[in-house]
Amino acid sequence: MTIKTVLEAVHDAMQEEMRRDETVFVMGEDIGARGGVFLATEGFLQEFGENRVIDTPLAESSIAGVALGAAMHGMRPIAEIEFGDFIWPTINQIVGEAAKVRYGTKGKLNAPMVLRAPHGGGVRGALYHSQSVEAFFAHTPGLKVVTPSTPYDAKGLLKSAIRDDDPVIFLEHKRTYRLVRGEVPDDEYTLPIGKADLKREGSDVTIITYGLMLHHCLEAAETVEMDDIDVEVLDLRTVRPLDTDAILATTRKTGKVLIVHEDNKALGIGAEVSAIISENAFEYLDGPVARLAGPEIPAMPFAPPLEDMYMIDSEKIANSIRQLAEY
Amino acid sequence: MKIELPQVGESVTEGIIGKWLVAVGDKVEKYDPIVEVVTDKVAMELPSPVSGTLREIIALEGETIPMGGIIADIESENEEATPTNAKENQPDLEAHSKPGKEIGTTGILLKDVAPVGPTGSGGIIDSTSSQGDRDRKTRIIYSPAVMRLAEIHDVNLEMVTGSGRNGRVTKKDLQNFIDSEKTPVDSKNVDRDDKKSANTDSVPTENTYPNVLGNNEEKITLSPVRKIIASNMVKSATLIPQAWSLVEVDVNGLVELRNKVKDDFQKREKVNLTYLPFVLKAVSESLKEIPLLNSSWNEDSIILKHQINLGIAVAAPDGLVVPVIENADALSISGLAHKLDDLTTRAREGKLTVSDVQSGTFTVNNTGALGSIASQPLVNYPQAGIITTEAIVKRPVVVNDAIAIRSIMNICLSFDHRIIDGEQASGFNRSVKDRLESINLNTQIY
Repeated sequence: MTIKTVLEAVHDAMQEEMRRDETVFVMGEDIGARGGVFLATEGFLQEFGENRVIDTPLAESSIAGVALGAAMHGMRPIAEIEFGDFIWPTINQIVGEAAKVRYGTKGKLNAPMVLRAPHGGGVRGALYHSQSVEAFFAHTPGLKVVTPSTPYDAKGLLKSAIRDDDPVIFLEHKRTYRLVRGEVPDDEYTLPIGKADLKREGSDVTIITYGLMLHHCLEAAETVEMDDIDVEVLDLRTVRPLDTDAILATTRKTGKVLIVHEDNKALGIGAEVSAIISENAFEYLDGPVARLAGPEIPAMPFAPPLEDMYMIDSEKIANSIRQLAEY
Repeated sequence: MKIELPQVGESVTEGIIGKWLVAVGDKVEKYDPIVEVVTDKVAMELPSPVSGTLREIIALEGETIPMGGIIADIESENEEATPTNAKENQPDLEAHSKPGKEIGTTGILLKDVAPVGPTGSGGIIDSTSSQGDRDRKTRIIYSPAVMRLAEIHDVNLEMVTGSGRNGRVTKKDLQNFIDSEKTPVDSKNVDRDDKKSANTDSVPTENTYPNVLGNNEEKITLSPVRKIIASNMVKSATLIPQAWSLVEVDVNGLVELRNKVKDDFQKREKVNLTYLPFVLKAVSESLKEIPLLNSSWNEDSIILKHQINLGIAVAAPDGLVVPVIENADALSISGLAHKLDDLTTRAREGKLTVSDVQSGTFTVNNTGALGSIASQPLVNYPQAGIITTEAIVKRPVVVNDAIAIRSIMNICLSFDHRIIDGEQASGFNRSVKDRLESINLNTQIY
């Protein structure tokens, strides 16, 4: 085991897969000579050469489109969108095309591509460097959407994403890149996409979350230990497909569920998780399924105090836990 | 207008609905009594808060309703008739469309609809809707998880104390209740029948009562008062580890004094002078001397009560009630006699109010009035002790090494052994005994 950051884990996953499989290549803005804006592909150009490490023009639609074309012809591209906020021009290529390749060709073609993007706020990035984009893609059948929160999960899941035969949207939270450190096995491993992970066991209240919020939730769970509230924390890790079994198992155990995400609340991941719970575990509920999520305003504010107000932190989570526990 | 069960006293959280004094369709005037309500302290008649017509009885006789819960619906005289399905807060298309106009594919624009944000959904504007919100909060609703568990384990949810918001029974409350019920019952079963306990998950205690009537048996339905007495007694017997002690008191002096002054007292004060005021006086003084008897157990501490509020057990027509004399230690014998007369009279007439029966800190029970010479009372939960005064009987006793005929009365004390040991209990009994035995013709009663 070695202690790594999320960024290092992402870097290592891609490096190992490129060494293992010649069809894997990376492409995106500034990823070659610069080594990526966050340095996720640092040293790749030297090691793999410019045929497998491709600096692209500033045109996200073509990044996704080229990756999709290559994937349909036997390559395994990892396309990087420099910031999730600029992912919108890819929607037609990804939602309109990539998601439908296998279905539309009766399985004759498939698109084993990964679209990586740093996303999320809390980094003083304001309107165009803070967005949460997962719900837009998670709505689409034919796509997988992975949102890891630890170095261990990021590495194991990215390797699985690269090996997956269908398109995977891989969303890395910017704030976790250098802030979250954790042990990563030195030996080869992968983690299954679509499996949630119980990050903390408890009996009174369950929190279901993913991404950066996991860490705030774990902190809040410790805080409310003093109030004698025993919190279980389920990290979804993948928001499409959702791990229904894990969601229902923890619901049946505690009977009280709080869903936490940074993305705004309406029609978000929490809405779907909540619906799964009430459809399948209604008779196990001991309180309303609660959601704590970003506010319904168009974008992350620029002013630091307003950004702090926008972001969910452990204090807000602890208050929500107390309310639900007390119900 | 929805009628709520009002808060009738501190520490009272729910009431049992007694007899309805009006029927659906009856006209009621404001302040007219509409229903009897029995709380764990007292029974009372609930006055109507408005004039109008009783539209619906929601809480039926025998139901336990939390304070603030809805018990009835009265169409008040000022209230305009609302659509009959107002209960479901659904917009009523017919009631709100112009008469005769058909609802085609274009639909109609509902009038009097409150917009609810940009989603455009809304409901009929209802002046009582804010109250409706309150109803929802105060009425006890069991969550699906709680109902499921209760069904599996066959638990009567009314027996479970809720720790959730507004007294809601949480899954945890129920689980704790089931666990606490299970342990003793299961161990019993193991002794009795191994196979049976292996087959059944858990056997709730209630199921051990016979459900089928025998040939020569008759079922008596519990009155609300009976239910409350039963529940209080179970609380006392199960929650308080009680010990008991008896002393014999030579009340010759007391009997002489009373015989001498009782007729004059009756003429002057218009109330009877019984032995009880003397006992109350002695008990109050002794509680001051040994304050630990005037307290309550509080899980990890003991709450000492600085006020001496004596509860007096009175046999009312419906059953036992315990009115309270507050600050009994501040009253003279005469003052106590007056207070006692007032309370017992009103208790027998069923006219006690909640303030008459709350805040007791210690209880006195005159079992001697019924001829008993020794009894073992149950402590009035959550108090620390209860004392009885038994019948005064003439008995041959040894006084100064000679046999004498004296008036003797037993006093019996039951006490919470978590708070009090035998030493304080005996000390208390001795103190009461000494005070009663020192009464003579010179004792002041004013």
